[in-house]
Amino acid sequence: MNIVDRRLNPKSKSLGNRQRFVRRAKADIRDAVRDALKKRKVSGVEGSEQIKIRSKSVREPSFNHGRDGGIRDYVLPGNQDYKAGDMIPKPQGGGGGKGGKASADGGGEDDFVFTLSKEEFLDLFFEDLKLPNLVKNRLKDIKNPLPHRAGYTSDGPPAKLARVRTLRRSLARRIALKRPKTEEVRALEEEIARLEAEMPRNEPLIAELRARLEHAIRLRKTIAYVDPIDLQFNRFDRVPRPTTQAVMFCMMDASASMTENLKDLAKRFFMLLHVFLSRHYKQVHVVFIRHTSTAAEVDEETFFRGVETGGTVISTALEEMDRIVRERYSPADWNIYAAQASDGDNIPDDMGRCIDLAENNLLPACQYYAYIEVSEHSGPGETVAWSGFSELAQRHSHFAMRRVTNPGEIFPVFHELFSSSAGA
Amino acid sequence: MTAVPNKPLFDGPEWDFELIGRTYDAIEEIGVGEMGLSLYKNQIEVITAEQMLDAYSSIGMPLMYRHWSFGKRFARDEMMYRKGARSLAFEIVINSDPCINYIMEENSMTMQCLVMAHAAMGHNHFFKNNYLFRQWTQADAILEYMAFAKRFVSECEERFGLAQVEAVLDAAHALMNQGVSRTAGARRKFDPRREREREQARRDYEIEIYNEIWRTLPNKAEKKEERPDENRAEQRALLLPEENILYFLEKHAPKLEGWKRELIRIVRVLAQYFYPQRQTKVMNEGCATFVHYEIMNRMYEKGLVTEGSMLEFAHMHAAVVYQPGFNDRNYSGLNPYALGYAMMRDIKRICLEPTDEDMRWFPDFAGNQDPMGTLRQAWADFRDESFILQFLSPKVMRDMRLFHLRNDSDNPAMRVEAIHDEQGYRKVRRMLARQYDVSTQDPDIQVTDADLSGSRRLVLTHHVRDGIVLDKEETDRTLMHVARLWGYRVRLVEVEAGTGRKLKEHETLPLP
Repeated sequence: MNIVDRRLNPKSKSLGNRQRFVRRAKADIRDAVRDALKKRKVSGVEGSEQIKIRSKSVREPSFNHGRDGGIRDYVLPGNQDYKAGDMIPKPQGGGGGKGGKASADGGGEDDFVFTLSKEEFLDLFFEDLKLPNLVKNRLKDIKNPLPHRAGYTSDGPPAKLARVRTLRRSLARRIALKRPKTEEVRALEEEIARLEAEMPRNEPLIAELRARLEHAIRLRKTIAYVDPIDLQFNRFDRVPRPTTQAVMFCMMDASASMTENLKDLAKRFFMLLHVFLSRHYKQVHVVFIRHTSTAAEVDEETFFRGVETGGTVISTALEEMDRIVRERYSPADWNIYAAQASDGDNIPDDMGRCIDLAENNLLPACQYYAYIEVSEHSGPGETVAWSGFSELAQRHSHFAMRRVTNPGEIFPVFHELFSSSAGA
Repeated sequence: MTAVPNKPLFDGPEWDFELIGRTYDAIEEIGVGEMGLSLYKNQIEVITAEQMLDAYSSIGMPLMYRHWSFGKRFARDEMMYRKGARSLAFEIVINSDPCINYIMEENSMTMQCLVMAHAAMGHNHFFKNNYLFRQWTQADAILEYMAFAKRFVSECEERFGLAQVEAVLDAAHALMNQGVSRTAGARRKFDPRREREREQARRDYEIEIYNEIWRTLPNKAEKKEERPDENRAEQRALLLPEENILYFLEKHAPKLEGWKRELIRIVRVLAQYFYPQRQTKVMNEGCATFVHYEIMNRMYEKGLVTEGSMLEFAHMHAAVVYQPGFNDRNYSGLNPYALGYAMMRDIKRICLEPTDEDMRWFPDFAGNQDPMGTLRQAWADFRDESFILQFLSPKVMRDMRLFHLRNDSDNPAMRVEAIHDEQGYRKVRRMLARQYDVSTQDPDIQVTDADLSGSRRLVLTHHVRDGIVLDKEETDRTLMHVARLWGYRVRLVEVEAGTGRKLKEHETLPLP
């Protein structure tokens, strides 16, 4: 006999296999990433991502028996009271419930769920944006990521079980479902015992109590003390350790002329900016302001989803930003970045007010202000906002404006915008 | 029992290499000395959880060529493990000589002890002695062969590109279950060195006959008239029908380059290597579980393990042989550990304390007072199907409450055909044995016709049993893979076994 210690052998022997797998499923994964992008928060680009792909490209077919038809025999354990010759109705829904183990591996249309590492996710995310490798590496280069508590999740390894949380949820559920307590059951039992000892016996009352006791015991059996849905696990995120804090203002035109596609484009830009900022700053706050003829700070969901009717007055957004900056983000404590996306519509006589606001209040406070004009086609001619902001761009180097028509253009634009000033 | 006042070998969960060595010696003394097991030399390798996941994904082989499907498996296993949905196996054992046992560093000493009794004794003995393994696998050569395969695949990737290699391996993997020769006697033993030389010779020959001038010839579409006689002669020469589709494609596919044939061969060798394991799940696990149970108890009797360890052991053993009933939420088929273990315990009981019923059912060995001899013989000469047919006793059927259910798609309801009673024992037993007969569980597909000179069409025939036809979608996809290897049109006919009535037909062309 020989004992060998292999623990120090090189790890991740299967890395090559994993790369091959990701490459193979790339098209699907990219779709899934794109999907995830829609669902995900602007600030949620980082962190590894559970990816669910339809397994079409990673399917491993083989000759298998079909699921239905024919005569099938099963030998099963745990017979309770069947006798030979008994007929059992077939389970609903196509039957074959018990023969379903034929495809243990990726068979059928099952989704295949797995976790992409952050690197892999960002790789795919950036790939779409045509990020040059150098920048990619800089963006992905995180020094000493630290695990941070990041709330709770509903699944995880047993070692990370959050016991107090779990029991709190269990308690809430038990109360909600009226699961009888141990004391109640005991009280009933004692009551019955007492009544039974009494003479003459109060039979109807005893019977009623017995029924209640039985009911209580049955409830206790069906309603679990701790149910899988109660489980809560501690969640840890690995957070990079950068320098200070920044706030990022996302402003967008929410009028009906901004289509889903245009919003998506804008969202990509915001996400990229967020990734970029979170590399440089320890804390990045995001403020969403959307506007039509009035502006309001909203949550992310409303920001990207909500559609409003109304005209377009850009200055309202700038006013709102100005107000928020004054209230919450003093330029002394915060690095302020602003990104504005619009399709270029504005009331012509509003532009003067915009420029005035930007020049006197916002630009002095901002590190950088980017105006992105999104449109479906790169048609000729200038929009109202574009021609208005042009003069601003000439006077201020940290005000930049670009036009974007498809996702592939976002990075080049981004790069252009930040290549000079982003060295900071 | 003789009360030898031994000092327990260990107390508490901590282990070190020296302790594992001493414990192994004690286990071997019982296994070989008292139970008469015959073993390959053991090699015990300690690995981490991550390495265990690695080993999982490459179907337990310490060496494996690279392929995305292993990456997929790894991604899934890792996810299950991280989420805590599944715990890792305590060990992996490889049918090789020396027999490699992986044990995890996280295991407590009791678990290491259990794992060694289970794998290094039970599985090892089974691998070495069971006739299927002796006949079909060469334990001494497999590791060297896999090293060759790994090197060969990566060389091909370098020379021909990932995509090309992947296409061939994908196709071959899809046909893995049809890559096994079930009936033919074992072919020549494979010798890794010869394999390598053969492949080198193949390549040299290509280089030798390579002549620049042939490249300049225009590609001419050859047309030949079909000559039926020739066809028949051809078929005879091809030895049709052939059940091993991979073998047939490797030898006869008209357009394949040498290295592709070699890749198919690698997958085929693997399929053949794993075939005995598919046929002996119940016996293999039953044997290992029975052996660890006996050894642990003997060690306790000898005072070598503490009561605390025995409790830990009992807890794990109970989990391993747990069999939920068919209507239980956790039911996922018969547990091979539970069934195998129950049968082997029962054989021991029949040998030592037979009842009248046992005397009627098992006259050849009931009461022979030699349980180990009987079991060793069973382990050597049977596979799951024949083992169940021979040895499943009425008592085990009663204990497990086995019953036979038939689902006929023509009937609105399923029928309970037989249960664990006097009328049903034989029927249940026969059906259960059939359930474990791999050759009736896999669809019976054969190469029946191949036209090498004319249309070059390949015909496969599926002999349909019990009216169960192939899954349409999966079949079409698999057929695409066959067509890719064959290079021309492929047709699959499904005919009813017995009547020869044609039920269904699939056909596909290779993608350009």
